[in-house]
Amino acid sequence: MSAMLSISGAKGARLFGRAWLLAGFVFLYLPIVTLVLYSFNHSPLPTVWGGFTLDWYVKLAHDQEILNGLWLSLKIAFMSATASVVLGTLAAFTLVKYKRFGGRTLFSGMVTAPLVMPEVIIGLALLLLLVAAQRLTDSPVFDRGMMTIWLGHLLLGMAYATVVVQARLSDLNPQLEEAAMDLGARPQQVFALVTLPLILQALASAWLLTFSLSLDDVVVSAFLSGPGSTTMPLVIFSRARLGASPSVNAVATVIIAVVAVFVTVGSLWIARAERRRAAEINAAQRDAG
Amino acid sequence: MSRLIAPAQHGSWPQRLLALARGRTAVIGIPYLWLLVFFLAPFAIVVNYSVSVMGAVRPEDIFSVVDGVRKVTINFGNYVTVFTDDLYFKAYVSSLKYAAITTAVCLFIGYPFAYFMARAKPGIQPALLMLVMLPFWTSFLLRVYAWKGLLGEGGLVAEFLIHTGLDQLMAGLGMIASPGKFMNTPFSLVIGMSYTYLPFMILPLYANLAKMDLRLLEAAADLGANRFEAFWLVTVPLSRAGIIAGSMLVFIPCVGEFVIPELLGGPQTLMIGRVLWDEFFSNNDWPMASTVAVVLILLIVVPLAIFNKYQAEAQERGR
Repeated sequence: MSAMLSISGAKGARLFGRAWLLAGFVFLYLPIVTLVLYSFNHSPLPTVWGGFTLDWYVKLAHDQEILNGLWLSLKIAFMSATASVVLGTLAAFTLVKYKRFGGRTLFSGMVTAPLVMPEVIIGLALLLLLVAAQRLTDSPVFDRGMMTIWLGHLLLGMAYATVVVQARLSDLNPQLEEAAMDLGARPQQVFALVTLPLILQALASAWLLTFSLSLDDVVVSAFLSGPGSTTMPLVIFSRARLGASPSVNAVATVIIAVVAVFVTVGSLWIARAERRRAAEINAAQRDAG
Repeated sequence: MSRLIAPAQHGSWPQRLLALARGRTAVIGIPYLWLLVFFLAPFAIVVNYSVSVMGAVRPEDIFSVVDGVRKVTINFGNYVTVFTDDLYFKAYVSSLKYAAITTAVCLFIGYPFAYFMARAKPGIQPALLMLVMLPFWTSFLLRVYAWKGLLGEGGLVAEFLIHTGLDQLMAGLGMIASPGKFMNTPFSLVIGMSYTYLPFMILPLYANLAKMDLRLLEAAADLGANRFEAFWLVTVPLSRAGIIAGSMLVFIPCVGEFVIPELLGGPQTLMIGRVLWDEFFSNNDWPMASTVAVVLILLIVVPLAIFNKYQAEAQERGR
């Protein structure tokens, strides 16, 4: 088959294909590379290369606005990723295991809707809810701040987490859980001892995904933030609106470096877990055979 | 549910069933309740506000009691305004237009990209896939911001376009206002959106093209088709589900996009997400913002229905 293709497939086509892939990757990575490069540029203008400097990083280390925003963003991202995975797992479990219950269509619609809903609408809707709740109860609980931003991110994150966990759950071999049931495990035991270890890596990728989504969100945060709760993306957004700023480049580079480490470690861990699981399944099958 | 009938080892049957029902209720109930309160209820409020009148501080209630008589005031004025006022109507039309252009650009770049990826050596395909997804992990906001530098005065891409003389052509086509000025134009907006959503086009297309049975191309060749005919008559029709999935995944978020138009679009490129934002934050007109939101949802429902239909069909075939 491959001989066939290479006879008719002229060398030109393959070269064209490689060139297209290369151009595509340049398009995808050029902005990221330039951000990193400019963060070391002595000249504040993006045009001129004024020599290597770490000044922007020193400035960044003293930039209280960004540092406060970063700390707040990290806290929110941690909480929203954790809660998203919990709620997302429950929702995914519901969608995969319970095929029939009242209002299932409504439920599955609501779970995935935040994925396609424009963020301006989600932000507006949640804010109006909070205002209504505040009017009804007259309680400061609903004041805009860290917890309200967390709520918004949780709504978005839950949708993503559900999709990721659902994909893994529906791939699972139901016989494994049935076997545990037959052996007398209670549903909670089945979940903790059989299902959970099998979906653990999906939970990890869902957590990472929702964490990075939360860390990046501008629109929902803008609607739900109050005085004194300015997340890092909001700081960056307001500066970027005014024009290019080298301190933003420095933040960007730090974030890119952290994400690169996180993603690398995360995917190595997931790959290792995957290998170990495959080995265990193999061993189990050998024992059975 | 066959495992419900599994023999009970502990406790009596009624007890076990009760425990199971409680577990089931909690598993379904918690996310369900959460979504009802924080997803459905907010939208009910948005719809409610969209037909109410803005008072001094906040919108007036639809239901009110005047002189002991219960009164219902429903105001469709905002909807009339949305469809008759030039500002809103134009904003919707141009949102759809820029979303469509972005989708076309992503398809043009993304289809060959996904195609060559799917036909690359199997050994390097996972690495290529990883490279496509990796930018998704770095901050979207910062990547959009980076284009400000690249397209701004003296930026790398701006200089390149000026040197190659492409800016003259682009100005002639109306993509930019005048040669040499790239920021805050339809061009910078479409570049920013295409850049952001390109992976959403590539991934479903790649998944589709990688699954294709290459023997079909051999068959086409045996029957006398040349490479181009085989591509156009076999590969492209077979990848229709991928094309539609990718296009919708680009089109839908673009329509309501806010951050990219705000950072790269400038004042000339009107998009509905920004109109909604301004209506809320600048004009403080909550009912109008709510109306804009409701109409925007209605706009998105149609492409979404198309997307779901093809997803369902693709799943049917996959089984």
